Amino acid sequence: MLKLAATVVALLVDGVAYGMILFLMSVGLTITLGVMRIANLAHCAFAMVGGYIAFALVSSEHFTLFTALPIAAAATMVLGAALERSVYRWVYTTGQLGQILMTIGLVFVAVAAANLFFGSNLNAIPLPGWMSQTWVYGAIAFSAYRAFIIAASILIAGVLWLILEFTDFGAQLRAAVDNPRMARCVGIDVPWVFSITFAVGCGLAAAAGILGTQIMPLEPWYALEYLVPILMVVAVGGLGSLKGSFYSALVLGLVDTFGRYYVPAAGAFVIYFAVLVLLLWRPQGVFARA
Amino acid sequence: MSEPALSIAGISKNFGGLRVARSISLSLETGARHALIGPNGAGKTTLVNIMSGLLQPSAGTIHLAGADITHVSPERRVALGLARTFQISSLFPTLTVAENVGLAFEARFGLDRKLWGSVRKSASVVDGAAALLHSLGLLDLAGKRVADLPYGQRRLVEIALVLALEPKILLLDEPAAGLAAADRGALLDLLLKLPAALTILVIEHDMSLVFRLAQRITVLVEGAVMTEGTVAEIRADPRVRDVYLGTRTHG
Amino acid sequence: MSAADDRLDAARNGFTRHRLSWLDALPFLFAVVVYFGANRYLPLGTQVMIQITFALSLDLALGYGGIDSLGHVVFFGMGAYAAGLFAMHVSPDPVLGLAIAACVGALTGLLTGPLVLRTRGLTLVMLTLAVATMVQQLANANAMKPITGGADGLFGYHLSPLLGLFTFDLAGETAYWYSLAVVAFTFFVCKIVVNSPFGLAIRGIRDNPVRMRMLGVHVTSRLVTLYCISGALAAIAGALSAQVTTLVGLDSLAFLLSGNALVMLILGGTGSLYGAIIGATIFVVLSDRAAAIDPFNWLFAIGFLLIFAVRFAPQGIVGLIVDWWRRFEGWRSRA
Repeated sequence: MLKLAATVVALLVDGVAYGMILFLMSVGLTITLGVMRIANLAHCAFAMVGGYIAFALVSSEHFTLFTALPIAAAATMVLGAALERSVYRWVYTTGQLGQILMTIGLVFVAVAAANLFFGSNLNAIPLPGWMSQTWVYGAIAFSAYRAFIIAASILIAGVLWLILEFTDFGAQLRAAVDNPRMARCVGIDVPWVFSITFAVGCGLAAAAGILGTQIMPLEPWYALEYLVPILMVVAVGGLGSLKGSFYSALVLGLVDTFGRYYVPAAGAFVIYFAVLVLLLWRPQGVFARA
Repeated sequence: MSEPALSIAGISKNFGGLRVARSISLSLETGARHALIGPNGAGKTTLVNIMSGLLQPSAGTIHLAGADITHVSPERRVALGLARTFQISSLFPTLTVAENVGLAFEARFGLDRKLWGSVRKSASVVDGAAALLHSLGLLDLAGKRVADLPYGQRRLVEIALVLALEPKILLLDEPAAGLAAADRGALLDLLLKLPAALTILVIEHDMSLVFRLAQRITVLVEGAVMTEGTVAEIRADPRVRDVYLGTRTHG
Repeated sequence: MSAADDRLDAARNGFTRHRLSWLDALPFLFAVVVYFGANRYLPLGTQVMIQITFALSLDLALGYGGIDSLGHVVFFGMGAYAAGLFAMHVSPDPVLGLAIAACVGALTGLLTGPLVLRTRGLTLVMLTLAVATMVQQLANANAMKPITGGADGLFGYHLSPLLGLFTFDLAGETAYWYSLAVVAFTFFVCKIVVNSPFGLAIRGIRDNPVRMRMLGVHVTSRLVTLYCISGALAAIAGALSAQVTTLVGLDSLAFLLSGNALVMLILGGTGSLYGAIIGATIFVVLSDRAAAIDPFNWLFAIGFLLIFAVRFAPQGIVGLIVDWWRRFEGWRSRA
């Protein structure tokens, strides 16, 4: 009985931690999808870029995880902003297929670049000493790293929510999500909101990529590997919904972790099947606003 | 007395707290020429969307020749004889005018399922398209892509498209919107020549077109019917003038 | 000729032609020339033809039907595994294997289509990705390992002589003609579909599905039919690959194949069938050369190609040709 409880708790912690990384990575995508309504399949590539930059910094032994994080995230934001002003502008009017093709092109370039600079092995960013510990309570083992991820994600989620609900920029963003044309008519500078939103989204993805390397190690195909799970989170959560993203990431993280453990014969199949069922039940997103 | 061609009773539509349509009732006799007018945002297009089945009402019923079609799919309503145009021309831009009209004939004769043969060899489609385009004076545009046509011609092509369905009831959503004066004249001529047995409901802001085409007018304001009557009655009604000239305050 | 006949002609000529013309024989003539003139390229040619078949199937769904599918590889993979398993356990007859694969592809389309094709836009894209990834994960799942062979895949099966006469030789000559026949068949089927009244309806759905509904057409049903046909053809491509290489692995379900097919279509141009042929040929030949040199830097090339093609040549090579032709016609009519 105690063993079962221990297993369940361990799975819960793993599932929630994985879900929180998924959330961090997908929150940028859901906002840009909701605001800009472009199919940006290169989102995970930004997470990968951020992760690799941080990895390079930490490997140089002049930085730790925490000092590398802001630099790498900022660098990714700059890259994202530059790309938004250039190649993304090209596909705002082409329709969905053009956006898909262009962003897949970006993914391929990112994969090739990652391989060129870092090779094809798996890489993870070394953790600071205290984070590598495991806290033990009787039969239950608790990874400090996972606890940190959960705490950090909830903190970031909280900050984002505060910004969206209580600041001017947040109000403008919500307006642009609800009704872009109307937002423009009332004087909101929608292109500017887009650019900032996109850059911040890339920064959040980078943060997720950097923090999550122990669970989701870096390798060239990272950009494509996690694209489908992230798209699932966004689709199930509802485009443009911060809360939706949070809950759906949590649910999907838990379903995947428990599914893999209890139905090993099916493996990853469980999560995809679950998502299929959920999306067919509510195509606009299970957790979306009505 | 026979059933009205189309009648709606108590139609309401709410989007959350927003009441877009409030208990609207309307009845069209066969062969009616009925206009629906009102300020922008009054809910006219919403009503047509509900009638054509693209939107489900929150309350109320719709009857087509006596049969309840409130929950019938849009496709089925078309099969029952209901056709509509859109405020912004809804055509097939990469296809030619002949193909656009041809598709309507295909749909009507159930040929859209046919996986073999050639459209060019389908006598029913080609004959129908030829006759219809000729009667509307659009035949020399047959090979032109709709995307390459000026807006005025596209409006006419859309009318050809719906006429190809040989509908019993035609809902026209602002057919004259965006048209230059000369095109409006051509449009009015076309509408006046439509079969007498065809029941027509037209939403319009162009009053000269409304007064020359319609027999009865319903005035919709803020989602509810303000008044309904013959053209003469509506022209004389001071409340209608107020609504359009803005002496009435809006909530 | 009477005025009425003139009117009929005018109307008839308003419908664009899609039937076979002498131009269509060119690729096949080229294939024959390659056989006699450049014999050592037969295996490459066979690969080209497998991908042409796959690209044609995707063009049918995406270029003509507007179904933005990123998961088309699921049909290819299902077809490959079906053909491999059929050869291993039931019968080594190649043509029968193709037929079975086509049925599997059509069935997959029939099962997933009504659910997936009800949606539009990004949801549709994601659902196609989800289905493809799900099947890929399923093939790799522990429960399925006895059937699919897991990461090792299927191997060690052989095909009986084609039509009882032509054995599959090591030089790949039989495989080459076999593939050519399959491409011809696929192209023929696509032409029939595109030229039919159904084909016109599909293009109408691509352009404006709401309008099609308001003409009384059941859009989802038509799309499902198209999806099944496209799926069957894609499965045939996968089966051909399985039969010709006598190997089926998890990579036949990988996203990369879907991505490559999209690159072929944007290279050649969507919605024309010829674009699929041109794009697939160029892509397979180039990637063969490049993969020999450096596979990952080939990815750089495809990536940049996608980005810049979307901006500068979204209609692909066929689109550029059509553009030049139109300009030429305009110049000629003015001269």
